[in-house]
Amino acid sequence: MSFDHADPFTAADGRAIGGVLMEMKNISLRFGGVKAITDISFDIREGEIRAIIGPNGAGKSSMLNVINGFYHPQEGEIWFRGAKRAPMKPHEIAYQGIARTFQNIALFKGMSTLDNIMTGRLTHMKGGLVSQALWWGKAQAEEVENRAIVEKVIDFLEIQSIRKTPVGRLPYGLQKRVELGRALAAEPKLLLLDEPMAGMNVEEKEDMSRFILDVNDEFGTTIALIEHDMGVVMDIADRVVVMDYGRKIGDGTPDEVRTNQAVIDAYLGVAHD
Amino acid sequence: MPTSAADRLACDTVPKLLALNAASYGTHPAYREKEFGIWQSWTWAEAAEEINALALGLMELGLNAGDHVAIIGRNRPYFYWAMLAAQSNGAVPVPIYHDSVAEEMAYVLDHCSARFVFAEDQEQVDKILEVQGRLPGLEQIIYLDGGGLRKYDRGILHDYRELQNQGRARASDLQPKLDAEIAAQNGDTTCVMLYTSGTTGRPKGVVLSSDNIVKTGKATCDFDSLSVGDSVLAYLPMAWVGDFIFSIGQAYYAGFCVACPESADTMQTDLREVGPSYFFAPPRYFEGVLTSVMIRMEDASKFKQRLFKRAMDHAKTVGPKLLDDEDVSFGDKLKYRLNQALVIGPLKNTLGLTNVRVGYTAGEAIGPEIFDFYRALGINLKQLYGQTEASVFITQQPDGQVRADTVGVASPGVELKIADNGEVFYRSPGTFVEYYKNPESTADTKDAEGWVATGDAGFIEEDTGHLRIIDRAKDVGKMADGALFAPKYVENKLKFFPNILETVVFGNGRDRCTAFINIDLTAVGNWAERNNIAYASYQELAGHPDVLATIQAHVEEVNASVAEDPMLSGCQIHRFLVLHKQLDADDGELTRTQKVRRRIIEEKYQVLIDALYDGSAEVYVETEVTYEDGRKGSISATLEIRDAKVQPAKAVAA
Repeated sequence: MSFDHADPFTAADGRAIGGVLMEMKNISLRFGGVKAITDISFDIREGEIRAIIGPNGAGKSSMLNVINGFYHPQEGEIWFRGAKRAPMKPHEIAYQGIARTFQNIALFKGMSTLDNIMTGRLTHMKGGLVSQALWWGKAQAEEVENRAIVEKVIDFLEIQSIRKTPVGRLPYGLQKRVELGRALAAEPKLLLLDEPMAGMNVEEKEDMSRFILDVNDEFGTTIALIEHDMGVVMDIADRVVVMDYGRKIGDGTPDEVRTNQAVIDAYLGVAHD
Repeated sequence: MPTSAADRLACDTVPKLLALNAASYGTHPAYREKEFGIWQSWTWAEAAEEINALALGLMELGLNAGDHVAIIGRNRPYFYWAMLAAQSNGAVPVPIYHDSVAEEMAYVLDHCSARFVFAEDQEQVDKILEVQGRLPGLEQIIYLDGGGLRKYDRGILHDYRELQNQGRARASDLQPKLDAEIAAQNGDTTCVMLYTSGTTGRPKGVVLSSDNIVKTGKATCDFDSLSVGDSVLAYLPMAWVGDFIFSIGQAYYAGFCVACPESADTMQTDLREVGPSYFFAPPRYFEGVLTSVMIRMEDASKFKQRLFKRAMDHAKTVGPKLLDDEDVSFGDKLKYRLNQALVIGPLKNTLGLTNVRVGYTAGEAIGPEIFDFYRALGINLKQLYGQTEASVFITQQPDGQVRADTVGVASPGVELKIADNGEVFYRSPGTFVEYYKNPESTADTKDAEGWVATGDAGFIEEDTGHLRIIDRAKDVGKMADGALFAPKYVENKLKFFPNILETVVFGNGRDRCTAFINIDLTAVGNWAERNNIAYASYQELAGHPDVLATIQAHVEEVNASVAEDPMLSGCQIHRFLVLHKQLDADDGELTRTQKVRRRIIEEKYQVLIDALYDGSAEVYVETEVTYEDGRKGSISATLEIRDAKVQPAKAVAA
């Protein structure tokens, strides 16, 4: 069995790949007269690592923002867990179990690692403003519960030593890791990573790749990621969508994409009509 | 169940001590570990249950008495339990440095033909699987942290906690066998095997018996009156003999609590949270902490700086005296108390040393000013001298007799003797049984009467009985007049000055000593900046007359201190020069671990050595250097040679 069939199957390395988790149907996004995304369709299967690649300005981040609910496409439908998704605000989508990291780190610089990751638990907290502020009743039990989950994330990402350090004082590579931690703390069904390895050195990239694979393997989290580093993408992704000038020019396993003439042209630079 | 001191003395193995602790100290904490941000703890009774379950699991898995069980991981309660569980089965635990590469592990695992291996996580399991093909004896791997191991072949891999559960399930039929095994063990049963790092050749497996460990534990606990109320932070490698003695030998005898840090990077934070009462660290740890304190003080406000300086100046005169129970005036006591409340107490707390009642350092010489700093804070920091073959303790400093330049008196039960060439020999209850599968080395090190050669040269001070280590025995020579020549002894004294980075002392077979000196660019450069001294290169700074004058003052100070020792007064430095380049491993002058390669330096700088001995005032030299990218170049310089004042030798006490 493989990705050619819609049924769940077990991948060669033992991971379970389920049915379709999210499907994009003919998405088009325009900003005024600029076409950012033109008629793109693809699906994300449960348990897979799905990469979106393409040259600068291809519309990758826009695509992620569409999935995330930050942009609303003018045309097309998004189906999530078997139901068509009505237009929603990003925070509503977060409640559906979609978490993300950002290309330019978006953490609270003055807050500690621990507190930053704790904010990822927001969607799981039920206590009201007053009980939270007074730390009274249910809020107290809830904090203990959530802190336990945050500590598991800290342990998983091996960042115990910076638990109490303000994030602004951390080096870039660690900040990226904290941001991943915050997304993981939300226990997402679908994790969106926007260039998780941008600006990292080789060692940091290897660490991050290992964490991404471990998240997918240990928790079965579905991951959609944008990445520039071809080597990394080809190594860790199950399937790759290739975009160029807002269009989809390739879709398939890394091997299929690598031999696709349209993809080679886009990366090596052939004149567009 | 009430137990008496006699019961404790009757325990001749570690598993028996465990049973005793579970009975008499059942509700006292035995282990603590920070995990998921919280300190978890286990009482002696709980630890005994965990160990018993694991021991049953190992028995179920087919572990036999006499097998070797390798343990690879950082300090965690689970691995100390694994050692006890192996011992309970009559097997021999072999802790291995968890940062060693697969190659090194393969050698040790093969040499002791370990059947069972405890591995912390995927990283360690991967290393073992990498060399598995070469280890026919290896049968089972037990891992603690299953992260990333889900897809691995389950055949020989076992989960630590599942193994414990299997053991619990089989308790009814296997327990009697386990109890019988523990009861049958005695002082001759091998307790542990530790591989020495082996600076020369392959590592050797040092076999230590239960008698070695339990008797050493008893003697040294009594020496420092360690008891059930004490605690220690286990953060040094489990494969190192010191950790085994502190965290098992002494902890099991005294029944005190062993705390394990959350990770290697959080040690400093964890130390502060735990506040142990018993603490060991190598000199470079104390040095590093002191440096970071000083750097942070320099960034503090002027007011705080003055407060700190005044408090420390006073503490340095009073603190050590108070520790040694000497007379201190009431006013000074009061002032020290005040300092303690305002400055020293908070500082100690930040360093995690507030509760330290007994602190030890060992391994290499510690600078006197570093030593004095901690003693001034009121921390009872002492020195000990030991090695793996002695179950650590050869000598240690008793309370009230602490000095930076000795390593203390013979530990209880240890006999010392000094050979004609100055080499230190010892004989003690902790003396190792043998090197595993290496009778020649055993015979070379330990003679028929049980005397063990340390490889270090030293002498015993006549009036105090303290041992002083001067150098490695093979480096110690004789001067032309037959006096002892101990270069490292003098070099260490010189290197305690921050301005001096490296030095080489010559004098073997000659009538007097001379020295090459390397300045420390950071320290001297800093000084130059503060005094508006301009320089364009290392060479220029090294040759600056003011620098030479400073170094000369240092040398003369060292001469005065060397002259205090009748035996070593011949090692005073008569002439010295400051080298125009830093000694460098790239040029073959240092080893990769930054140790001086004497012979190579002697050959390379023959012209300089000749000049030191022929009385010339300066010497021209051209030296080949290797740049970092591998290119070669040469630098030339004219070096000034200075004479240093020497002190007349003190009369040898009759």
